[in-house]
Amino acid sequence: MSRAEQSDLVDRLLDGDHRALARTISKIENRSPGYRELVSSLHEHTGDAEVIGVTGSPGAGKSTLVDKLAKTYRDRDETVGVIAVDPSSPYTGGSVLGDRIRMASNVGDMDVFFRSMSARGTLGGLSTATGDAVKALDAFGKDKIIVETVGAGQNEIDVVRTADTVVVLVQPGSGDDVQMLKAGILEIGDVFVVNKADMSGASKTVADLEEMIHLQGDPTANLDLGHHGAGGGFEKPEVADSPETSGKNGEGSDGDGEEAWTADVVETVATSGDGVDELIETLAEHRAYLERSGRLTEKARTRYAEEIRTLLREDTGTLLEDEIARRGGMESFVDAVVERETDPYTVADELVEPLRDCLDGGD
Amino acid sequence: MSADADQRAIRCLVAKVGLDGHDRGAHVIARAFRDAGFEVIYSGLHRAPDEIVQAAVQEDVDVLGISILSGAHNTLVPKVVDGLKEYGAFEDTLILVGGIVPDDDKQKLKEMGVAEVFGPGTPMADTIEFVRNNAPDRA
Repeated sequence: MSRAEQSDLVDRLLDGDHRALARTISKIENRSPGYRELVSSLHEHTGDAEVIGVTGSPGAGKSTLVDKLAKTYRDRDETVGVIAVDPSSPYTGGSVLGDRIRMASNVGDMDVFFRSMSARGTLGGLSTATGDAVKALDAFGKDKIIVETVGAGQNEIDVVRTADTVVVLVQPGSGDDVQMLKAGILEIGDVFVVNKADMSGASKTVADLEEMIHLQGDPTANLDLGHHGAGGGFEKPEVADSPETSGKNGEGSDGDGEEAWTADVVETVATSGDGVDELIETLAEHRAYLERSGRLTEKARTRYAEEIRTLLREDTGTLLEDEIARRGGMESFVDAVVERETDPYTVADELVEPLRDCLDGGD
Repeated sequence: MSADADQRAIRCLVAKVGLDGHDRGAHVIARAFRDAGFEVIYSGLHRAPDEIVQAAVQEDVDVLGISILSGAHNTLVPKVVDGLKEYGAFEDTLILVGGIVPDDDKQKLKEMGVAEVFGPGTPMADTIEFVRNNAPDRA
């Protein structure tokens, strides 16, 4: 892509051309040549959208709920972007992206821009690509951006963490109360939704969640991460305002964290739209909390720091791959290790040495 | 940059347009495409041409496969084609039609911009091969 084509694409995107937006996201997904410059030139136009992450197990009703959320925002005259991430086959890399089927309420309304994304299983670059696609939608001028993904593993959790507010969907009967004690997606929710609330067992699930929230301490309270976590990677999760922990919360947040967010539990029936207004209300409250407490700025800063680190890791990784190729390829190093002539640590050390020398030279 | 290279996958929209409610064929195609390593977006049943256009534009698909068994292809396909043109997406989308289409109509569909029509009994491998060979080459 030439520089002229690129700035033309950016111009058209900023101008509201849907095709240009779609093409930009493809370039981001494909890591097409020039995509970095593309994302760079979008950056100055971003920062206005509210980003909401939605996660939960398969079949919890995420897409149906996202559809209803989008519809409600549209009724309030706000424009919406949706990115739905689906898994890809570990064998062929292929995927069936089926969430679009659920977007029935917004049919024919181009002001809901819905985009399916495949995890593409490789390189762990999913969260980078998703974050960049969010930027494209933000620059395009969407008021609300919803990122939807199956909350299966670390990769997916990273994805929803590109959002300001994380919604975790739980369906009734998804296990006993011990499930609530387990680590993972239940720790990252700012808002919990018990969807399919018309099913039996819903009130039990709500009660279990309430109990979990009440007991939840600050998982990072005992970790010395530093504010923008040098080795960290993860921003500090929101913390329940329980009496035992509220004292600790204040300490870790530069004095501006007197107020902590108590995760809310909302019941919905996505198929009928019941509870969607309440959910939107809760999302707005969380947003207001983020702005009032300064957490929004803090989150953005953490995210940018993490983004810079990710790019640096990718770039140095590439430099080192090139260096390996120059020195005869990975196989020859492996041969030497197998023959016990050297070991992996020594190899890594040797390969990084020139880089280290260069960078240290500046001191 | 080597780490950035080759992340491309062929994206296909498998679409059911109109009133016919038989999507077993579409499911079989979706699965075969997935197994061929493509990214498949399935539209679901009973879609209007507008919806298909919206999906094809937003998803920026390389290939649009329309499955029609009801005989309504002469009404529905032109609407999809016109919609794609409206959004500047016609030129670089490979349009395929699958289903029951009489020979006379096949010719008309091709003149309209449909790349190929696959009738009943077409081996899956042929369809996949056709997509691999003809998917638009985008930078």
